[in-house]
Amino acid sequence: MAITREEVLHVARLARLALSDAEVDRLRDQLGGILDYIRQIDTLDTGDVVPTSHAVEMGTPFRDDSVRPFGGKEALLSNAPDREGDFFRVPRIIED
Amino acid sequence: MHEWTLLSAARKVREKEISSRELTRAILDRIERHNPRINAYVTVLTEKAMKDALACDEALQKGRTLGPLHGVPVGLKDIFCTRGIRTTCGSRILHNFIPPYDATVTGKVLSSGAVLLGKQNMDEFAMGSSTETSHFGPARNPWALDRIPGGSSGGTAAAVAAGLCFAGVGTDTGGSIRQPASVCGVVGLKPTYGRVSRYGMIAFASSLDQGGPITRSVPDAAMILSVIAGHDRRDSTSVDLPVPDYLAATRESVKGLKVGLPREYFEGEGLDPGVRAAVEKTLAVLTSQGAQALEISLPHTRYALSAYYIIAPAEASSNLARYDGVRYGHRARCEGGLIEMMSRTRAEGFGAEVKRRVMIGTYALSAGYYEAYYGKAQKVRTLIRRDFEEAFSKVDVILTPTSPTPAFRIGERTGDPLTMYLSDIFTIPCNLAGIPGISVPCGMSREGLPIGAQLLGKHFREEDLFMAAAAIEREIPLPRVAPMGEA
Repeated sequence: MAITREEVLHVARLARLALSDAEVDRLRDQLGGILDYIRQIDTLDTGDVVPTSHAVEMGTPFRDDSVRPFGGKEALLSNAPDREGDFFRVPRIIED
Repeated sequence: MHEWTLLSAARKVREKEISSRELTRAILDRIERHNPRINAYVTVLTEKAMKDALACDEALQKGRTLGPLHGVPVGLKDIFCTRGIRTTCGSRILHNFIPPYDATVTGKVLSSGAVLLGKQNMDEFAMGSSTETSHFGPARNPWALDRIPGGSSGGTAAAVAAGLCFAGVGTDTGGSIRQPASVCGVVGLKPTYGRVSRYGMIAFASSLDQGGPITRSVPDAAMILSVIAGHDRRDSTSVDLPVPDYLAATRESVKGLKVGLPREYFEGEGLDPGVRAAVEKTLAVLTSQGAQALEISLPHTRYALSAYYIIAPAEASSNLARYDGVRYGHRARCEGGLIEMMSRTRAEGFGAEVKRRVMIGTYALSAGYYEAYYGKAQKVRTLIRRDFEEAFSKVDVILTPTSPTPAFRIGERTGDPLTMYLSDIFTIPCNLAGIPGISVPCGMSREGLPIGAQLLGKHFREEDLFMAAAAIEREIPLPRVAPMGEA
């Protein structure tokens, strides 16, 4: 299945991936080949088949909505690439 | 002593035939000597392991043991979060991540008394069949250093086969425990979905991922599973069922066991003749012990790989959205705004295979394509599950090859993603159906490379797999530790 350069760039934008030109070209070819293989399932008639999202069926487990303290705040924040006090610093969100 | 099984090492420590310090020191020395070539570990905890071994010895002097693995050194795939210890998932994007908590599996292994040696190499985010996609370079097969150890839990399988730990825990989304176990000549089990908690296990495809043991014997795998299995309220897909006595199952006879052979797994062109012959011999061993062989059909097998390569990348593209350079891990240096920072962080932090799968998954979930890809694949998943339900109304276990070929050469399949994906053709249907599967060594190829047989069982019937795999292990004795150039 042919996939265009524009489609690759559109999907890359959705996936938040800044791809190089060489990567875009390579992915266009590779995704085309993989999608061709995957489309084998189109030959199957699945009209009245119920989809499976989890293989082991069980109901939704409920628990009390209770607050429990988390003791690792400092350990968690110390992973921050850029930190100010108890906040994660990020580049500006609103573009000029 | 590096060749001892996990169970015999645990017994020797408990009976004070050897101290945990002596045992741990010996394995750390081996890691120091062999890891530069094998690359099985990305992090080695030399000082911490010796300190923990000392604590085990002191406790034992006072007559206390923590649990069944007291004082025995083991490893963990670098996908399980370890509090205060770097956890990378084989990726540059997590090269500096220090988890603030332990995975449930980590906690259970440590509270069984085991000493953690380090974190083991893996394909980046568990995406691969060869450990070649690791940011830290490929791990190597201890039986032939120019060959892959399988993947994604290749570092764990290589460490077990090289005598660089007494056992390890890996994860399996489409074969990532069983295929490396097979090509490294060791035992690997993917439990039933929900049997082992996924809390703190870095997510790849949440509806398929499951942690499980990689060991040098079937009873060792039974021991590890009994340590890590069980309900966990922190994983909503973890199942609240009692954990049976898996070790007892390894001593039971296979007399009367019905073994199914799915014809679809044996008729493809890709199956190596040596692998086929070894699996046929395995069947003969089981029937000579009183098991009964039956031919069965799993008619939708040929669609499993397609369904998997929609479902797994789709779930992965969603799970990996969290790596954005904001709260932890790598962040790209750039002048632009937030979106640009995120897009560059991900471009720098992810390798080629992860990008490929994020792209496939994002495409398959994008507007206008969802129903044709993800919706369709979920329906195919139902058909594959029904194939197994139908088969298990006639048989107790299913016997197949684990991998169509023995270990291939490093670099041999990296150029073509589809050829690499075909390495997992026999292991993927099991994950889609959520059933348990084990790989047990069953022979050696003419070049001296290990071959594994796969047994698949009913949901939550790991005992059947341990029973049959233990019988195979008793009747087909094979070396479990690679010679590594030593006499």
